[in-house]
Amino acid sequence: MIDPIFIAEAALNGILLGGVMALLALGLNLIFGVLDIVWIAYVELVMLCMYLVYFLVTGYGWPIWLGGLASVAFGAVLGVAVHLLIISPLLNSAAINQFLATGGLLFFLQSFATFLWTTDHRTVRLNLPIIEVAGMFLSFARLIAFVVAILAMIGLYLFLRHTFIGTAIRAVSQDRDAMRLMGANPQRVYVVTSAVGGAMAGLAGALLIIQYSVHPYFGAAFGPLTFMICVLGGLGNMVGAVVAAVIMSEIISVGGVMMSTEMGYVIAFVLFIVMMFARPGGILAKRE
Amino acid sequence: MLELRGVTAGYGQFTALWGVSLRVSAGEAVAVVGPNGAGKTTLMRVISGLVSPREGDLTFEGQSLARLPAHEIVAHGIAHVPEGRRIFPMLTVADNLKMGAFLRSARRGYRDSLERVYTLFPALAERQKQRAGSLSGGEQQMLAIGRALMSRPKIILLDEPSMGLAPVMVLRLFDLIRRVREEGYTILVVEQNVRQILKLVDRAYLLEVGRIKMEGRADELSEQDFVRKAYVGL
Repeated sequence: MIDPIFIAEAALNGILLGGVMALLALGLNLIFGVLDIVWIAYVELVMLCMYLVYFLVTGYGWPIWLGGLASVAFGAVLGVAVHLLIISPLLNSAAINQFLATGGLLFFLQSFATFLWTTDHRTVRLNLPIIEVAGMFLSFARLIAFVVAILAMIGLYLFLRHTFIGTAIRAVSQDRDAMRLMGANPQRVYVVTSAVGGAMAGLAGALLIIQYSVHPYFGAAFGPLTFMICVLGGLGNMVGAVVAAVIMSEIISVGGVMMSTEMGYVIAFVLFIVMMFARPGGILAKRE
Repeated sequence: MLELRGVTAGYGQFTALWGVSLRVSAGEAVAVVGPNGAGKTTLMRVISGLVSPREGDLTFEGQSLARLPAHEIVAHGIAHVPEGRRIFPMLTVADNLKMGAFLRSARRGYRDSLERVYTLFPALAERQKQRAGSLSGGEQQMLAIGRALMSRPKIILLDEPSMGLAPVMVLRLFDLIRRVREEGYTILVVEQNVRQILKLVDRAYLLEVGRIKMEGRADELSEQDFVRKAYVGL
């Protein structure tokens, strides 16, 4: 029998992981919700941002927070670049073409990263303490990542709710032509959306590099999980994505402690498949 | 104020408007009437830039609009309330109105405009926080008009405002349009409810299969035998 304290610790860790996963899923979901396009290479952008923070911090001695800010800015630039170079020319073509194009970007980025930086695992070494709470051990890095992710999500919520451009981002997906009649250039709204989605990838990269090492195939671990969370939450559904992120992270974390890390993933994916039959519209979707 | 000269426009191979000329002076209310498929909606879409004219010229306060994209035309002071209302159903009433003030020039006076719209349409004020999609057809049309007013336009284009409304609502809507008129807005309206719209406007054009067939003062036009028989149904 496993000591309940380990399970409690795993559950707590699951919530902390859930925060960062939710951030990833929200960025992807935002873009999907507005442009109706899934950026297959989303976590590869995160990977590039992680490398940036790694080089800035270990190579140039930048403080981690400054590296993080640079990562957010870099992510936004990457997001705009992906939109202008890949998505924009394909905006009116078949969904499968858009899917293949961003899928192609994924392989390109993986290969190019391998070419530039080899497959070595690289870690930013920060001397962050481990905190003990009621007999449970928590990594301070995870706690920071969680808190920052939550703050970013609140920021995103306020941005989408209260600013003109944020409201326009929500409106343009409902009626592109009507938005033009309001005096908004849809292309500009898309660029802003892509920049925000990219900035969230940049932030997620900064929060992940303090917990995990980066390598060109980083996206292979987190990419499928992110998509799964988005689909489970209902594509485009922001609240659903957060709920799904916490559920999946809990299963992986608690399952990992009770059995093994691999079994945690197996259970998570089995649940995902079952849910796809039971609730194809996402966990928060109303039943037909 | 607004002038179209020999405008020809259409979609792909199809031509919906043939050399249409039309003029609206400041402070005027003008109607374009005609049967289904006459090109009325295309006419509105050409003015607001959603469709580019193939030939002809389109000027507003002396400036040509013919090659401008829709989102720049609004900035000149032309607000288009499209056919079918086209509100944002998932946004709240307040957010819909906020989008009406998306233009930089409109944002400064946002609070003022909002108050004016709520005074004009008290029903919208009561439902500010409700999703626009949950409003009745008449309220949605109010919202669409209110949203257009938020951009602080000089002219409002109304495309079939009474479409899909119950007869009682149609009467109330025309009353609202009259009030908007009294606020001093210039209005160009497309309608199938010929009899009622002719009571509301100063002048009217009759559009048939893409061509202007007749024009004149609203009271004179409604007396014409031809119009009476064909459209007014008297």
